[in-house]
Amino acid sequence: MRPFGYLTPPDPAAAIAAVTGRPGAAFLAGGTNLVDLMKLGVTAPDLLVDVTGLLPDRIEPTAAGGLRIGAGVRNSDLAADPRVRAGFPVLARAVLAGASGQLRNMATVGGNLLQRTRCLYFQDVTKPCNKRVPGSGCPARAGDHRNLAILGGSPHCVATHPSDMAVALAALDAVVHVEGPDGSRMMPLGELYRLPGDRPDRETTLERGDLITAVEIPPLAYAGNSAYRKVRDRTSYAFAVVSVAAALDVTGGVVRDARLALGAVAPVPWRARAAERVLAGRPATAEWFARAADAELAAASPLPDNAFKLTLVRNVVAQMLGELAGDGP
Amino acid sequence: MMACVTTADETSSELTLVVNGTAHRLRLDHRTTLLDALREHLGLTGTKKGCDHGQCGACTVLVGGRRVNSCLLLAVMAQGAEITTIEGLAAADGELHPLQAAFVEHDALQCGYCTPGQICSAAAMLGEAAAGWPSAASASLNPESGPVVLDAAEIRERMSGNLCRCGAYVNILAAITDVAREAR
Repeated sequence: MRPFGYLTPPDPAAAIAAVTGRPGAAFLAGGTNLVDLMKLGVTAPDLLVDVTGLLPDRIEPTAAGGLRIGAGVRNSDLAADPRVRAGFPVLARAVLAGASGQLRNMATVGGNLLQRTRCLYFQDVTKPCNKRVPGSGCPARAGDHRNLAILGGSPHCVATHPSDMAVALAALDAVVHVEGPDGSRMMPLGELYRLPGDRPDRETTLERGDLITAVEIPPLAYAGNSAYRKVRDRTSYAFAVVSVAAALDVTGGVVRDARLALGAVAPVPWRARAAERVLAGRPATAEWFARAADAELAAASPLPDNAFKLTLVRNVVAQMLGELAGDGP
Repeated sequence: MMACVTTADETSSELTLVVNGTAHRLRLDHRTTLLDALREHLGLTGTKKGCDHGQCGACTVLVGGRRVNSCLLLAVMAQGAEITTIEGLAAADGELHPLQAAFVEHDALQCGYCTPGQICSAAAMLGEAAAGWPSAASASLNPESGPVVLDAAEIRERMSGNLCRCGAYVNILAAITDVAREAR
């Protein structure tokens, strides 16, 4: 590992200035992904700016009736929060589905959003990877891609975003608060992430020195009727093969509104808007739930070894929506 | 977190680690993880290095009462915090921590390499359950649903961050179940 400096600035402005002024600098929060990537040689900052002591670390209700979650809130505190558990169960379930008790104690909300893909080629510096070394190539399409993207990928990269939490936040229309060298701004979660195209190394719309300070969840009347399901190769402590975040508003057997997002199928947390459009106003039946999934998957371009995800997504979506519609598990 | 006296260009820092109630003043390269600081600089070799990538849990220690993977925590980030390792769990008179005694009683190990991490992890896990934290195995997330009952499914899920390559899980589960029952 390359030697590096370490700073604990007194406030966000000082932290942002420290990172803005130094190309090799990086923000450090929980460190569960960054420190690992430094050990692997995937990234080699020459200065770590520790923001754990200065990021907001509380969860507060908003005037509108939602929640504002400080970027420094640890994943374990987020999942244990009574307001999250009661009001936005999909979010608590997603966080609890991720990592381990130890890692959730360390990982922060801001860092969780910005964690890097677990694509094997990205993490192995002896292999080419367009995300790690732009233009070096991608062995995944002809190699090991069983767990890579079926939606939103490009010829240059089919890596998946690994977060569970972000999938739930995508379904909940979360808004990301960012402070940067030019002041503060807010953006929908969907605008934080970029699809790979021909620049898979550029994963977000953040610029050097931009610091996520909070994530805001707007109120959603039917968020109490929401769930997260994660399918993985072992029962616990593994990344998803497919995950689904869903919330459903059904009255009189008809879907009034639905929120759906997919994890582990795309380079970004994948909001399934095509499926949502199919669902709105339609009968809450297994047939329509499957048709909604199919509408989203119409744009999929799977590779030989991950085409199974199409069936898996379709089945998990249909089963979850059925349960949320009151069919029971 | 205490302010760190350093400049952007220094690659080491003078810092204090408070381990099992004793403060240690050290100068450490920033690359030093808490795990390596404990083992290589303080001679506390009870904490084990397994994967060194946060995937096995052998390095689990408590920082501020919370379980963490010490292999992914830079020592410089832990300065000033109360750190508890397996060496600090027993009482001052040498009486074993209930989990240590239960692991002996149930023969909850074969090679023993994962044991310090298992026990530190379980000690914090019992506190998390007592505080009402749900897990992925919890049927209800309802904050009003009462205290967590640590059945086998709950313990397995909450301890999934600690691998045992010998496969002593059956007896690990029995040991933790015993202590969880007594705590209730």
